[in-house]
Amino acid sequence: MTEEKGKPGLRRDIDENLKRVYEAAIDPEIPDRFKALLAQLKAQQDGVRNNEPEGSR
Amino acid sequence: MTASNALAPPAGVPDPRDELAGHIPALRAFAISLTRNVSEADDLVQEAILKAWSNFDKFQPGSDLKAWLFTILRNTFYSARRKTRREVADPDGLHAATLAVKPAHDGRLALADFTRAFDQLSAEHREVLILVGANGYSYEQAAGMMGCAVGTAKSRANRARARLGELLGLAEGEDLISDNPLTLQAVAGPGGPQAA
Repeated sequence: MTEEKGKPGLRRDIDENLKRVYEAAIDPEIPDRFKALLAQLKAQQDGVRNNEPEGSR
Repeated sequence: MTASNALAPPAGVPDPRDELAGHIPALRAFAISLTRNVSEADDLVQEAILKAWSNFDKFQPGSDLKAWLFTILRNTFYSARRKTRREVADPDGLHAATLAVKPAHDGRLALADFTRAFDQLSAEHREVLILVGANGYSYEQAAGMMGCAVGTAKSRANRARARLGELLGLAEGEDLISDNPLTLQAVAGPGGPQAA
């Protein structure tokens, strides 16, 4: 990103702060709600795949 | 059942569905910055996951999955907003999500002010700053995700930074943290003595 070279102090500071607050807002823990959702979607997908006739691949 | 071919890549090719979970934390943070409301953000993430799941056949294997998911999430956000025209009365936003953050310098107050100012920006400005400033996407990538021209993405980012600087009471050339003008301000109050 050559256009970022020599960017003024304000812009650099803003981007640094953005990174910091954004990273702080990232909670590595995945809520149960999403774990359950993904498990459900996967189960549906596997169900469809298992019902697929053998000759369709 | 020809459509079932779209449900999974052939054996041996990694399934992007398996990588989706790893992107949920970033999707939630992006959603919070767009909605400025933690519970609304999770509803948005849920909707985006469902949309992504039913559209995985359109995902280009080997391309940036996070960028693809971000695009779905922001499109979902804007189409819902067009429908409901909902405005959050009392946004908690990034500020609430980052209350525990300890800045590297002694800029704790400055950072709190920063997130508060960020949450006052328009959704379009928050979006471009999160994509370009926080995630480090290029203007080209951000333009692709926002569905706009590269020049639009660039000028939007510049306006967003300028607006944020304005909200923080900073002019070009002033430092955000190291000189701590905000900390001084917050301690002294708006009517307090000005730093010389």
